[in-house]
Amino acid sequence: MTAMDRIPILRMGRTLLVTVQVDMHDQLAVRLLDDLTSMITRTRARGVVIDISALDMVDSFIGRMIADIAATSRILDAQTVVVGMQPAVAITLVELGMALPGVRTALDVERGMEMLDDAGDR
Amino acid sequence: MGISTDRIQQVLQSSQVQLLADWVKTLRTVGARRVGGAISDAELQGQCQEFITLLATAAAGASFDDISEDRWQPVREFLASVSRSRGRQGFSPSETATFVMSFKEPLFATLRRAFEGQDGGGLLAEVWEVCRMLDRLALYTTEVHQDAREEVIRRQGEEMLELSTPVIQLWDGILAMPLIGTLDSARTQVVMESLLQQIVATRSPIAILDITGVPTVDTLTAQHLLKTVAATRLMGAECIISGIRPQIAQTIVHLGVSLGDIVTKASLADAFRLALKKLGQTTAAS
Repeated sequence: MTAMDRIPILRMGRTLLVTVQVDMHDQLAVRLLDDLTSMITRTRARGVVIDISALDMVDSFIGRMIADIAATSRILDAQTVVVGMQPAVAITLVELGMALPGVRTALDVERGMEMLDDAGDR
Repeated sequence: MGISTDRIQQVLQSSQVQLLADWVKTLRTVGARRVGGAISDAELQGQCQEFITLLATAAAGASFDDISEDRWQPVREFLASVSRSRGRQGFSPSETATFVMSFKEPLFATLRRAFEGQDGGGLLAEVWEVCRMLDRLALYTTEVHQDAREEVIRRQGEEMLELSTPVIQLWDGILAMPLIGTLDSARTQVVMESLLQQIVATRSPIAILDITGVPTVDTLTAQHLLKTVAATRLMGAECIISGIRPQIAQTIVHLGVSLGDIVTKASLADAFRLALKKLGQTTAAS
């Protein structure tokens, strides 16, 4: 297994930062879900920020994986924010009927972090 | 080729000067008001000259029945350019068609002079053939006129599409998109794309869709609005719909369309106030 086969997860305090910089194929998404959930439990993270600004194409599977990752993290008591979705990706997901209800979104990583901080204050 | 058209061709080849002179004279009397006004003598003379030359060339050996044949190509191109230029000058299609049809008078007069007293029946058949051919050419100018007009309409439609979807930055972080006119699928696509692009470009967390200028809302339009709002939310921004008129609000309820948890405001001003409040809270908390 090479380093390209997985998406790096960075730890920033009690927040995990996932930046998807490559084309997300199905295997990669499944592995990300595994890695992320184990990382959340190991680091006792309270928040996850997933930056998909480099992702310019999605299908229904990847859309579902994004929703699944958010739902799973929430069960593990980590707030998840999906940030930087491209217009084309947003339109595709809406046309596919996947409006991702329950997934929190923000324009960029900075705003996503702010959002998590706000949630932590409460 | 059913009927021999030798005599027509003969006249077209040999009497071009005579035909031209007669034709221009006829045009002067038939459409003296328009022709004299919009087209100069020299231009009209040139057009007539060119038409007769091209017609003589095409008629030599070609069938009169089918003007879509290759041999008629130069004639068609010439008539198309005449039709377009006259259309631009404000001529009606029938005036342009009359230009072609008026050629019958000098042509038939010349034929009569040339073949006076010989084989009346045969000549009549030939006249009928050339008459049909000229009618077809005249109709062709009308078609070209129609096509040119439709082209203009199509282009204006596209221009309106571009003009009618501006995204305005109201405040730092607040975008507004006032929609005017009926929302169909094609337009909504443009609306959605340009709004989302602008959200990315300006990093605005709030967008206001103002539909004060939208006359009616049907299920499809409501669906499109919902999609736009959903896509905006996916990108991490918030969308407020404003300017819903009473009738439209009633229609939406009657149609059974649920706007869900979309924030709606009566006027753009209310939406703007709400947007400012939301931004204020965000900045105060961080």
